[in-house]
Amino acid sequence: MTSFRYIGTRRRAKEHPRFVSGRGRYVADVALPGMKHVALVASPHAAGRIVSVATGAALAAPGVVYVLTGEEFCANTDSLLIGVDAPKVTRWALARDVVRYAGEWVAAVVADTRALAEDAAELVEVEYDPLPHVIDPEAALQPDAPLVHPAHGSNVLYHRRFVWGPVEEAFAKAQHTLAFRAAWGRSATVPIETFGVAAQWNPGTELLDVWASIQMPKYPDQTARALRLPGNAVRVHYDVDVGGSYGVKRGIKHTVLVGYLAKRLGVPVRLIEDRLENMRGGDMQGPDRLFDMQVAFDGDGTIRALRIRAVDDVGAYAGRSPFQLGKPVTAICGPYRIPAVEYEPTSVMTNKTPQEAVRGFGQSPTNFAIERAIDRVARHLGMDRIDVRKQNFIGPAEFPYTIPSGSTYDSGDYHTVLGKALAAVDYPALVRACDAARRAGRLAGIGISTCLEPSGGNSAFEVLMNPKNENTTWMDSCLVRIDLAGSITGVINNSSSGQGHESLVATVLGEVLERDPATIRVVRADSLTALPSNSPVGSRMAIMLGGAAAGAAKEIRETLVAIAAHNFECSREDVEYRDGNVSLKGAPEKKLTWDQLVEIAHRKFHRLPPGKEPGLQAKFVWEVPTGGGIPTAEGRIQIYPCYAFEAHIVYVEIDPDTGKPSLGRYVCGHDCGVMINPDIVHGMTYGGIAHGIGAALYEKFSYTRDGQLASGTFMDYLIPGAMEVPVIAIVDHCTPSPLTTFGQKGSGEAGYLGAPAAIASAINDALEPLGTAIDTLPMTHLAIWQAIAAVRQRRPEAEGRALGSFPKHS
Amino acid sequence: MSETLHTVAIEVNGKPCSGAVPPRLSLVDWLREELRLTGTHIGCEHGICGACSILLDGEPVRSCLMYTVQAHGHRVTTVEGLARPDGSLSVLQDSFCETHGLQCGYCTSGMLIAAQALLAANPDPTVEQIRDAIGGNLCRCTGYQQIVQAVQLAARRTREAASP
Repeated sequence: MTSFRYIGTRRRAKEHPRFVSGRGRYVADVALPGMKHVALVASPHAAGRIVSVATGAALAAPGVVYVLTGEEFCANTDSLLIGVDAPKVTRWALARDVVRYAGEWVAAVVADTRALAEDAAELVEVEYDPLPHVIDPEAALQPDAPLVHPAHGSNVLYHRRFVWGPVEEAFAKAQHTLAFRAAWGRSATVPIETFGVAAQWNPGTELLDVWASIQMPKYPDQTARALRLPGNAVRVHYDVDVGGSYGVKRGIKHTVLVGYLAKRLGVPVRLIEDRLENMRGGDMQGPDRLFDMQVAFDGDGTIRALRIRAVDDVGAYAGRSPFQLGKPVTAICGPYRIPAVEYEPTSVMTNKTPQEAVRGFGQSPTNFAIERAIDRVARHLGMDRIDVRKQNFIGPAEFPYTIPSGSTYDSGDYHTVLGKALAAVDYPALVRACDAARRAGRLAGIGISTCLEPSGGNSAFEVLMNPKNENTTWMDSCLVRIDLAGSITGVINNSSSGQGHESLVATVLGEVLERDPATIRVVRADSLTALPSNSPVGSRMAIMLGGAAAGAAKEIRETLVAIAAHNFECSREDVEYRDGNVSLKGAPEKKLTWDQLVEIAHRKFHRLPPGKEPGLQAKFVWEVPTGGGIPTAEGRIQIYPCYAFEAHIVYVEIDPDTGKPSLGRYVCGHDCGVMINPDIVHGMTYGGIAHGIGAALYEKFSYTRDGQLASGTFMDYLIPGAMEVPVIAIVDHCTPSPLTTFGQKGSGEAGYLGAPAAIASAINDALEPLGTAIDTLPMTHLAIWQAIAAVRQRRPEAEGRALGSFPKHS
Repeated sequence: MSETLHTVAIEVNGKPCSGAVPPRLSLVDWLREELRLTGTHIGCEHGICGACSILLDGEPVRSCLMYTVQAHGHRVTTVEGLARPDGSLSVLQDSFCETHGLQCGYCTSGMLIAAQALLAANPDPTVEQIRDAIGGNLCRCTGYQQIVQAVQLAARRTREAASP
């Protein structure tokens, strides 16, 4: 393998000093002179007609500047974009005429302070005429269901049945089949910072400046479009630190609202969601999915075919959320050699808070369903779960490997990574410990999952799911400048939410230019000076931004070589580049130093090669390594170039009297190719696992039958803390990607792609001796307790010590 | 509804500060909006996430759950007050950088405050004690692993520096 100077070494992150000293700059820290503050009036009904909105009392309250209603707002702005083909499913930040979920914003109050705005918001009187609503996604599919958007004519936003390979035949010929239902609960990444946005309109320049806690592709363009402004009238400042996102910080509706108010009122306006606004009306809830799974397999554990029917509840409106059913197409059979797959996704609307992109973009729920299938095959055949996985893994010699849905996996060595994880956890000892716990009367289990993380893709699920939406371009860029003093500055084109992009770019520039990354500064353009970017989505930045930074740095290096060769009056082949200096091969004393070369570039035109641009800068813009193609008629498509792999092993014990699970040893074998900054990769993987623990055991946006969100605070939406997340050991392995600059793959969603499946596996392993199973996430204490209680009711002998005495392996 | 203002005198990061505040102004809003000490963050405003943690007379408290008037006559330390007198990073802050104990930085101030209070009371904490001390602070980025390592490292460095 290539050896690197800085890539893969432990290095401090460039971002950390400002954060540990309290000197970050988040959107709530942006204070503009004369700034006013927004509070929101939300619908208490899941569905209803707005009869009247009385704003007089609120307008008369102290400090109040304005009260905006949906009537005015919708008349003066355009509906937000929708990705699938459903033009009647319109969406504005404020409801007009009807509300479609409890928590939907109806009016915005602007006042001198947030507190005064909140006081006045309580004085806005809205009269509603409640309408029938639908909360259950399967009920929403029935012909007599209330329609969330009557103009659309149905609650179905998207439905298609893909058949890739001889599925019917495989099911007919297989020695065994099984079917089951699995459910993924509605949860989200729930960053500790809520979404916020501040905007200022300058009538002199006719420019709207925006500062936001944003992680969203095409955000400036969509803001301008909805505000009916030219694209160059919106300037988004990307030098705002984002307090976590992991997919969900897509406050486009908030931004159009605040942008409109700033322009309308002629003062800077800021909206920082409070926690309830965020949880209930922030439109950031994640996939909410039912899977009906069928598997065809032989007696030796070989899987012949899969049928996956997925129903995903996107809530009351749709932005990009239906596309979260599209990404799984690209890894629909997981790391397994499954020759035939049928996939039938349905995206359905209900009267719930809208869904937004969440870490993994629908892949983690699908991985969970596939892994439940593998465990069930093992149980059905009486085989070891690890053996069934090994039996079906794509082998290391089979890459590049094209799966039935048309995606080609770049590289991997699944057997080795799983083997390393098993060795690290000392699997035989873990099994003995599990058996001993069971003999002692405790409920104990081991969880296994082996999952993929597709990364660095384009956005072609858009054209896959809507042929009118022919979007295949998904570029990223970097600009590199060397100033007269010889300092290196990288310019990136998006805000970051903890992924360490400044460290990433500095490391890559240092690597290519052979200069110390600690001396390299990385800054952010604003949206009017930026090169094109699609923001940090889909685990793409190590690949796309890393690749762009390397591309620009290589151009700089080439320029320095050309300058030296010109000055030495020799050809480029006769000189060599080292540490930023260029010398004549075989005569190292004949050398132009970095400083001398920089000075020639900036100040000595007479010594520049003819035709060379003065100054020292380079930009690099590129499309994803596998390009952008249109799907075949059967829906076969390549979207993601790189596939990382993770193998999770986790031990759990359950208190049989309370249903409380306690996680013990946790090992994650991880292969994401070459790691540019290992500490950053490990950190994101740990965090992804913690988030996966939340999705598996604790976190759920629960709705009452009336459509009220019952978990809008951190007292009922439970986020795992340091006492719930166990010690995690990560075991690295490196199978370089042949498609990327340094062999790197994406890793921003690592951990989360396999943790929920592993924990579900562990809980079910612990429950197996009782003859019961749970296939619904989250597996809350209550759900586990109910499963145990149901067994006890059926089989009173399962009481007490009889729960134990089920050794795990013969 | 004009609000009566109350005069408060609070020592913040070693400096005396005073102001006239409405009775319902939360301490975190006063620190952030009036003193512009924006290193203390707001996460939930109902006392669960710990992002707004500060030291009040050396004890970690939620500044979102306190009114400014309640802090009258007390000592407050925010993340901005953790650095050494010369402005360089403290051992604890530096240890967070060393172990990569943060990502987006939003919960970090609260984590530092919780760890500072722990180490002041217990210079040699076990992993379990560290996890317990930061158990009231939520982080969505790190899964807590490298935060625990940071606190362990800071404790070790501090002990080593103290021993001859």
